[in-house]
Amino acid sequence: MKIYVTSVFVDDQDKAEKFYTEVLGFKVKHNIPLGDNRWLTVVSEEDPDGTELLLEPSDHPAVGPYKYAIVADGIAAHSFQVQDLDAEWKKLSGRGVNFVTEPMDAGAVHMAVFDDTCGNLIQLIQMKEA
Amino acid sequence: MQQSYCIKTMTDEQLDLIFKALSDSTRRRIIDRLSKQPAQSLFEVCAASVAENGVALSRQTVSQHLAVLEKAGLIEIEWKGRTKTHSLCVSEDHVAAASWLTNYMQNGRKT
Repeated sequence: MKIYVTSVFVDDQDKAEKFYTEVLGFKVKHNIPLGDNRWLTVVSEEDPDGTELLLEPSDHPAVGPYKYAIVADGIAAHSFQVQDLDAEWKKLSGRGVNFVTEPMDAGAVHMAVFDDTCGNLIQLIQMKEA
Repeated sequence: MQQSYCIKTMTDEQLDLIFKALSDSTRRRIIDRLSKQPAQSLFEVCAASVAENGVALSRQTVSQHLAVLEKAGLIEIEWKGRTKTHSLCVSEDHVAAASWLTNYMQNGRKT
């Protein structure tokens, strides 16, 4: 058994597609029309056969309160790993990404948190050298 | 004697809240952390506590500690966008409360 897809609830799929590809640099893997919405997944360029991230619509009534509550506590909906957190933070800040937490020590990792503009906070982590 | 005047203006309930807030080492550590970096979300307070102590506290635990500190007026809440942040807010009343025992120091024995 393996995890092939995981999802993040986005307020707007078109906007999310733009942000996750143009700003974060992921590639669209699947884009299948499904009624009003799409089965829209992206993958990392570094790992195109790896786990896909489903940009899932937020229209279920439970999603709004869920997102509101976790964003209020500053909790990230997803976590992505990078090799060089400071470099990534500078690059993304240069593209206008709003970091709510600048790079900080978090024990086994260094982390930062940014707003994905689609209603979520996303964590970036860099593993510390063992 | 300005100090003792301040304390007398505080009710027992206020003093209870302040002493309760200070009576736990985790809460004192949170105060220490917020003094170095204001406007932290719950998520950040949790992450920082892992980094400093190597001990992961559950979010619910940290959330309860923050609520006790907030009740004592030691924490100021500010919304940064849609995220609730916590900053340290120490007033003269808090300092006076924490020096409550000085009221009972014997005259002439202060040095």
